[in-house]
Amino acid sequence: MAQYTLHINGATRTVDVDPATPMLWVLRDHLNLVGTKFGCGIAQCGACTIHINGVAVRSCQLPISAVGSSKVLTIEGLSEHGDHPVQLAWIKQDVPQCGYCQSGQIMTATAFLQQNPNPTDQEIESAMAGNICRCGTYLRIKKAVKDAAENL
Amino acid sequence: MSKQKVDQGRRFFIKSSLLAGGGMMLAFPWLESCNFSPEQVKAMPKEWFEINGYLKIGENGLITIMSPNPEIGQNVKTSMPMLIAEELNCDWSDVIVEQAPLNSNKFFHQMAGGSTSISAAWTPLRKAGATACQMLITAAAAALEVPAEELNAELGFVHHQASGRKLGFGEVASAAALLEVPEEVTLKPINEFKIIGTSRKNVDSKKIVTGASLFGIDYKEEGMLYAGVIHPPAFGLKIKSFDASRALALPGIEAVFQFENYREGQAKGAFDISAHQTQIAVVGRSTWEVFQAKKLVEVTYEEAEEVINKMSFFGGRTLETRWPAGLENTADHKKAMNQAEAKAKVVRQDGNPDAQFNAADQVLERTYYAPYLAHNTLEPLNFFAEVTDESARFVGPIQLPEILEPALADRFGLPLDKVEIMMTRIGGGFGRKLYGHFMLEAGVISKTVGKPVKLVYTREDDMTAGAYRPSYQVTYRAAIKSNKATAIHVIAGGIPESPLAADRFPAGAFDHYKAESWTIDSNITTGAFRAPRSNFMASAEQSFLDELAEQIGKDPIAYRLELLERAASSPVGARNDYDAERYAGVLKLVKEKSGWDTPKPGVHRGVAAYFCHRSYVANVVDVVMENGRPVVDKVYAAIDCGVVINPDAAANLAEGGSVDGIGHALYSQLTFSQGKPDQDNFDAYRLIRHNEAPRDVEVHFVPSDIDPTGMGEPPFPPVMGALANALYKAEGRRLYKQPFTGPQV
Ligand code: FES
Ligand code: FES
Repeated sequence: MAQYTLHINGATRTVDVDPATPMLWVLRDHLNLVGTKFGCGIAQCGACTIHINGVAVRSCQLPISAVGSSKVLTIEGLSEHGDHPVQLAWIKQDVPQCGYCQSGQIMTATAFLQQNPNPTDQEIESAMAGNICRCGTYLRIKKAVKDAAENL
Repeated sequence: MSKQKVDQGRRFFIKSSLLAGGGMMLAFPWLESCNFSPEQVKAMPKEWFEINGYLKIGENGLITIMSPNPEIGQNVKTSMPMLIAEELNCDWSDVIVEQAPLNSNKFFHQMAGGSTSISAAWTPLRKAGATACQMLITAAAAALEVPAEELNAELGFVHHQASGRKLGFGEVASAAALLEVPEEVTLKPINEFKIIGTSRKNVDSKKIVTGASLFGIDYKEEGMLYAGVIHPPAFGLKIKSFDASRALALPGIEAVFQFENYREGQAKGAFDISAHQTQIAVVGRSTWEVFQAKKLVEVTYEEAEEVINKMSFFGGRTLETRWPAGLENTADHKKAMNQAEAKAKVVRQDGNPDAQFNAADQVLERTYYAPYLAHNTLEPLNFFAEVTDESARFVGPIQLPEILEPALADRFGLPLDKVEIMMTRIGGGFGRKLYGHFMLEAGVISKTVGKPVKLVYTREDDMTAGAYRPSYQVTYRAAIKSNKATAIHVIAGGIPESPLAADRFPAGAFDHYKAESWTIDSNITTGAFRAPRSNFMASAEQSFLDELAEQIGKDPIAYRLELLERAASSPVGARNDYDAERYAGVLKLVKEKSGWDTPKPGVHRGVAAYFCHRSYVANVVDVVMENGRPVVDKVYAAIDCGVVINPDAAANLAEGGSVDGIGHALYSQLTFSQGKPDQDNFDAYRLIRHNEAPRDVEVHFVPSDIDPTGMGEPPFPPVMGALANALYKAEGRRLYKQPFTGPQV
């Protein structure tokens, strides 16, 4: 066990956990930030995507000991009232079916749009290829990303 | 207008006896469970008045509608309340939807299976809305001192046209809550619908996009422990012994023990059946610590003996299944399937098919195969349980809470009313979460450690102890004489169930028809997977008809329509389970919308149509070749599911069904070596990804005034056939074996 001070969603949080604990489980079990989802645990599905200093990262593969003073952003911190342009685009396109993958999709899309504010369809498809949606909402995700790009 | 007696619906409207003394304040648990925006908090009423089990109205006109059924992504949490709201004549923006707990006295048919939610709820839920509306009108009539007949309700107000006066639902709710439930109500004709048939956004959208706690896996309680299970790595193995000393040495680990899913002599239900009945539980203070500890438990296994399961099904049916001993292999399965065809039993025969085959100029015979599939709901299996000697409480993702409740009561020796089940939003079902063995497991673990527990499966646990889609094989034969198909012979089977629907098209369209069925026992556990059986037969049958049409020189749509015309005008046999005209209707619609008669250069097209879960779906799939590889450019879907409740959400389901069908047909399979699944996570088990999805899906619904039929499952099966037929056009190679990207020999 070791103590870590994390900078998450603009606040400082302290946890006492095993250094190998992936951020996914620190967030879910210790900090009660359950928007970050567990899907595979092996960096294959993207359900656990968070931002570390603005870069999309698979939190299931990121031990807390590697986070240091980096800025951690989770779906809960994306906006105060759920009105980030990407979130609004998701609602407008009525993207979710079961909804389970969507916080990971939104986090991947948000980081991607920061780097590429005017993506082509093909760029969206490959940028989002690491996030599985078992319900098959890919077409609406694509529409929502394009929609958000216009409003960012 | 159709007068509807409130007869069978009657018991659902019994009001809480607590209301006898006047309007009461009800708890609103949802207030804690979500983050309201400031506008909403302002609008929270001080008091709620329960009008009937499905709805309560606040003094300020805000309305809470209980959504009775589990939400697995099929949109019922939005579309079922829409049925109530329609007849209530409220303003949809005044509605808050709350997930109802399992309560068989108040609600009925609380399940997500067989694409039945909307069709079963169609009349009762509209009645719930209509009776409530009538009670509000009656209360308003008393308040305004006018006859009820002079009043009408619209957008949350009761209007008195003659005097221009109106009262909000909130103003009359307390009086309405005290009234008797009316004996009779009038339901609106379809052309007066204002909510049904209009697109309404998912009521949980905001929570989903903000990461609010919503799913079973997100659920927590004070003092709860986390648990995982270890099951044998292979079907046909059982636990012999284990050593937990290394696991127990980890700081966060509280207990490691072996347990039985069932108590001695307990009757098993078909929906709590689990792959392995003896497992090891690991209990600790966090999910991660539990997952780590599981790897440190040293377990030895031995071969299990044969198991005979006597399982109870819906409606008291029982079924005996045999799980033979042994470690099974996919290669052996394939050999056994080929041998089993010879032992098939005739299920239906029309005319004299054998004579037609003897007299044929030519026989077209093709065999189709599909592998086992794992459901892979993105939310792995999990459940919260708190079980004591006195009571049991469960919270989590379950598609069949009604069926699991008695199984849990039986397991823990409790009366039914001591078992409480709260449904959460479900992160994907597809049939997997019908099988609630994981609730039993969570319950046993909780009772053993004497604490509330949340059980979480790893992806590997989830994928290797499935209720898999069975592996299937079917051979189709057609007798061809003078360039005309004169007889059809179908021989279908699977491990462990046959996918045959003997009374389904093309039965009824041929004078001479024979359908045969076979099965092979196995110890690999299987279950319902989105559109069970149809999810294979549609692809096989529609590929075969395509090849047959080509063989006799006919356009694939024209040939199907010709057969359906025959089935409609003079059907062969009396038991055909489909409506040939509705079937033809979706084909005609997809033909028109896809511009089938105007070929597009460079676009290779395939068509398919199928009927299942009481609905009809036809697809055209467009494939283009890019860099020498086929790409699905577009899917057209034409759907007849009766009245469409929430069109944009239904389109979403159809888009998802197309992606899902194409993905599974192209990429997915679960194979076995020595009883062990060869794939246990998404690195080896391939699911369709964003860059592999069709670039566009265009969905069209047949305008209809028929009562709604299934929508969750029907869009899934036919697209696989349309894909196979399009790929044939693109690459010149017929596809017989799923996954299509795998070897075809
Ligand atoms: S849970 Fe991290 S990528 Fe799947
Ligand atoms: S919406 Fe269900 S997994 Fe994406």
